[in-house]
Amino acid sequence: MNISYIILVPLIPLALFVLLGLFSKKIPPSIAGWIGSLGLGTAFVLSLYTAYHYFLGAKLDGVYQTFTYKSTWIIFSDKLHMDMGMLIDPISVMMLVVVTTISFMVHVYSRGYMKGDDGYTRFFSYLALFSFSMLGLVLATNLFQMYIFWELVGASSFLLIGYYYTKPSAVAAAKKAFIVTRFADLGFLIGILVVSYYSGSFDFGELNSLDGNVITNWTATSFMGLSVFTWGLILIFMGGVGKSAMMPFHIWLPDAMEGPTPVSALIHAATMVVAGVYLVARLFPLFYFVEDGFVLSIVAYIGAISSLVAAVIAITQTDIKRVLAFSTMSQIGYMMLALGVSKYEGHEGLGYMASMFHLFTHAMFKALLFLGAGSVIHAIHSNELADMGGLRKYMPITHITFLIAALSIAGFPGFAGFFSKDEILAAAFENNRLIYVSSVIVAGLTAFYMFRLYFGIFWGKDKKYEHTPHESPLTMTIPLIFLAFMSVFGGYIPFSEFISADLKSFTSHLDLPLAVIASTVGIIGICLAYVFYKKENNLSEKATQLFGAFYQWTFHKFYFDEIYLFITKKIIFGILAAAIAWFDKYVVDAFMIGVGNVTMAFSNQIKGIQSGKVQDYAMAFVGGVVVLAMVVFYIWIN
Amino acid sequence: MDILSLFVIVPILTVLALIFAKNLKQARIVSLIGMAIQFAMAINLIFAYIKERAVNTDIMVFTKDVLWFGTFNIHYSIGVDAISVVMIALTAIVVLAGVFISWQIDDLPKEFFVSLITLSAGVFGFFISTDLFTMFVFYEIAVIPMYLLIGIWGSGPKENSAMKLTLMLMGASALLSVGIFGIYFNSNADGGPLTFNIFEIAQVHIPVAAQNIFFPLVFIGFAVIGALFPFHTWSPSGHASAPTAVSMLHAGVLMKLGGYGVFRIAMYLLPLGALSWTNFFLILSAIGVIYGAFGAIMQKDLKYVNAYASVSHLSLVLFALLMLNKTAWTGAIIQSLSHGLLTALFFALIGMVYGRTHTREIAKLGGIMKILPFIGAVYVITGLAYLGLPGFSGFVAEMNIFVGAFEHPDMFHRIITIVVISSIVVTSVYILRMVGKIMMGPLADETYKDLPKATWFEKVGLVLLMIPVLFIGTMPLGLSEMIKASIQPFLERLL
Repeated sequence: MNISYIILVPLIPLALFVLLGLFSKKIPPSIAGWIGSLGLGTAFVLSLYTAYHYFLGAKLDGVYQTFTYKSTWIIFSDKLHMDMGMLIDPISVMMLVVVTTISFMVHVYSRGYMKGDDGYTRFFSYLALFSFSMLGLVLATNLFQMYIFWELVGASSFLLIGYYYTKPSAVAAAKKAFIVTRFADLGFLIGILVVSYYSGSFDFGELNSLDGNVITNWTATSFMGLSVFTWGLILIFMGGVGKSAMMPFHIWLPDAMEGPTPVSALIHAATMVVAGVYLVARLFPLFYFVEDGFVLSIVAYIGAISSLVAAVIAITQTDIKRVLAFSTMSQIGYMMLALGVSKYEGHEGLGYMASMFHLFTHAMFKALLFLGAGSVIHAIHSNELADMGGLRKYMPITHITFLIAALSIAGFPGFAGFFSKDEILAAAFENNRLIYVSSVIVAGLTAFYMFRLYFGIFWGKDKKYEHTPHESPLTMTIPLIFLAFMSVFGGYIPFSEFISADLKSFTSHLDLPLAVIASTVGIIGICLAYVFYKKENNLSEKATQLFGAFYQWTFHKFYFDEIYLFITKKIIFGILAAAIAWFDKYVVDAFMIGVGNVTMAFSNQIKGIQSGKVQDYAMAFVGGVVVLAMVVFYIWIN
Repeated sequence: MDILSLFVIVPILTVLALIFAKNLKQARIVSLIGMAIQFAMAINLIFAYIKERAVNTDIMVFTKDVLWFGTFNIHYSIGVDAISVVMIALTAIVVLAGVFISWQIDDLPKEFFVSLITLSAGVFGFFISTDLFTMFVFYEIAVIPMYLLIGIWGSGPKENSAMKLTLMLMGASALLSVGIFGIYFNSNADGGPLTFNIFEIAQVHIPVAAQNIFFPLVFIGFAVIGALFPFHTWSPSGHASAPTAVSMLHAGVLMKLGGYGVFRIAMYLLPLGALSWTNFFLILSAIGVIYGAFGAIMQKDLKYVNAYASVSHLSLVLFALLMLNKTAWTGAIIQSLSHGLLTALFFALIGMVYGRTHTREIAKLGGIMKILPFIGAVYVITGLAYLGLPGFSGFVAEMNIFVGAFEHPDMFHRIITIVVISSIVVTSVYILRMVGKIMMGPLADETYKDLPKATWFEKVGLVLLMIPVLFIGTMPLGLSEMIKASIQPFLERLL
């Protein structure tokens, strides 16, 4: 089976980036938008074709085949070298589809949303750069290649968050996102070095097909109760925690909403932020087999905690994009915990499949939510929930599609999110009851905050609008409709046929009792939101007062930002860097100057000797001769 | 005339021609022609080298040897390996770009170009020499004009900065000369004649005691110009006062003489000394990496930021050299090259901003990208490259260094490597802080609205520097393999 043509999928966006980037002044906006959309459209079609081809034809004895194409990029040493290439297996093919679908939709959408913007062409070139980097990440054949594209998606995210670069808040958000994820990536890099030090390879294929003895050898050296190799894996996971905005590195994601909304949909909801999940899935066998899956349990707990905390914070936020940002964090927490509780073989690997399934459905409905929010923002020029209300009359398509997405994320029976979430809950139920309970609570909270948004935006009284809100143009509504379609029917794709930890198909059934519990909780959440927010009332104020201090904590996102600010501003800048700058000036440099000054002072003392008067020199000369003569005479008489 | 000597002769001819230049315009054209020829020769040298290397397995190729001072057996002996070829190419690019970028600065007379090109002649001579004494002479030729270039044509407290720089470098030279003579007078340890020839000395077994004495002298002598902590303080004030082209050449090329000398002389001729001193200097260079990065965070002047950044990045070169393995050494060479290009870009860009706004104070700048899109875009790209983004040369260099250093079987080396790697976060902090403040954000001053756009000459200069950065960053295999092959004989001395 020859599918090397897949190389075109990342290369098309790369070519677009170079073209639009170099000639951003020459290419008129209308053409740039068309070129970008057509290019990504081609990539999208190619990916679909690949998926069709691969999932229906790449099985050998019931196991999905893995194809690799690679060439050496750099040779570090006799032991270690790095390839650039493509790894084609079920999850990378699925990710290709996800990335190109959302990217294509966002390109089409942006043609309407960004219309009239100064940097229109620049925007499309950044989008293309991002798509290229993300596809490179997805297709990476080894850890190092992944790290390279990992950094590149970080950089394109930086450029896109800071797209409105004259706005200080956007610049600050872009910097924050880059530096926080860079700090996490430091862990990733050190993790790669540790893992490759022991294994002598960066290659996913080699790392994932190890036998137990070898691993036992590597894990022999221990450090603080865990083997050094395990620490390496934890550090690699740290990179994933940063990129996927899990606790405690989540603080950059809400601020990243400063970027244009299509960017939030593409990067900060559907694709880049799930890179951490993809990383764990990529290395799943290694995570699972090293030290009895200790690292996986870390993954599970970090996922569960992030998912719960984010859902609680989402309830109190008033900026609709920030609500969606916390919702994203919460849903990614779901994917993480599903991976964390998963086992390896057959039906026991349910969590793995569920995680990928949820990644897929979440990409569809969350991109839809963001694009819908963008459509609303486009119409009324505000992000604040307080400025919205009664918009269903003015924006029917946005309204219906947003409702579909909200039902899907809330896990309403029959919608895509319902199926994937059910698999996650089932996997959690089988392996860890504590995490299961927390996940069910999150399901309820999700339904509640999502319908708080829905009712707040589309129902209630009209607010004062500058001009009558109107439905967005076709370029924006067509992507909404397509994604709404996927948010309903995406759940009927038999994922367990295609994706599993051990590459063999298995059948999964809807776990009826669990599904009933989850959907009941979800529907209760929706009903509560209905009571609170359908009509204007004072219930929410009352609830706020009831929770008092806890509400304040939640509203301030548990003061994570303040803690980070304290550490960076006060400790690192204020104490460490300032102390070094002071030390350099008043100790190191002063010492060097001091040496110079001492020399000068000394020469000042003795400069009188060189007076320029011949008499002085003659005197010194005669004196010298006399002294010498005496010395010679002394030696001679001895 | 042989292909290498031309690298010294062309600058000398250019300087002679400059003396006859009647006015500033002629002086510029003469310098440009001279340096363009130099550049073309450097490109030619790369291909000639690759071709020659295929048939010639000597350590050095294109060798030549002329006796010029019989009493002390001093030769004009020259030759190149991949490392010198890379450094020559770097120098040619930076000098040419520097000439392009200083094209429209009014107050630079022809004496400025005379000094600049004399300096470059010294640098080229240094990179082609294989005789210790000749090398040292060229080194001094390269260092002395710096005093004039900064002291006369600089800005701010220029006399003071020039003095500090020259005195500290001279102090280092004193140590270096002691070290070199120490090597010379031990070069008869196996009974042969005294010699300055590097490859003849390498055959001799210099006693361990002597190596332990002279290694630190030679190392510090070279490392001061490579900004080793705590001998780096000449660099920030020197750079801040120097004119743009001089900063470019100085940070881009001259500071690389340090690492090159350490590699070529200290490590190669005194391997046993190196083995006993590495841990000590490793700690100093690791401090330099972190310390320089933190130092850069708090600076208020753009050139100071870049100067401290250079301290950090060049300490990384020394750090990598002290790791004594092939991967880290390859990284050290690529880092020298990459940092040379990137820091030259930064100084060029700072010069362009300064030339227009007449300030280098970060607090007074802001939103420049809106007014100067080309300069702004290149500034952002250079920043990203500087902080080690993949796709640019810095990443390739750093990864070679980190992977190589981490391969070290000793636990201490691996732990100190982790400490050093953490500098990549600090680097991104100061780079983004600088780029975010001066290029992005609202326009700091209404008068900046009418700043003139980048000229054609400036653009050529920037693009010239940017092309190799991208080339190395995307296709590093050829370069790194070429360097590795040349490192092998040097590494074998340490095993």
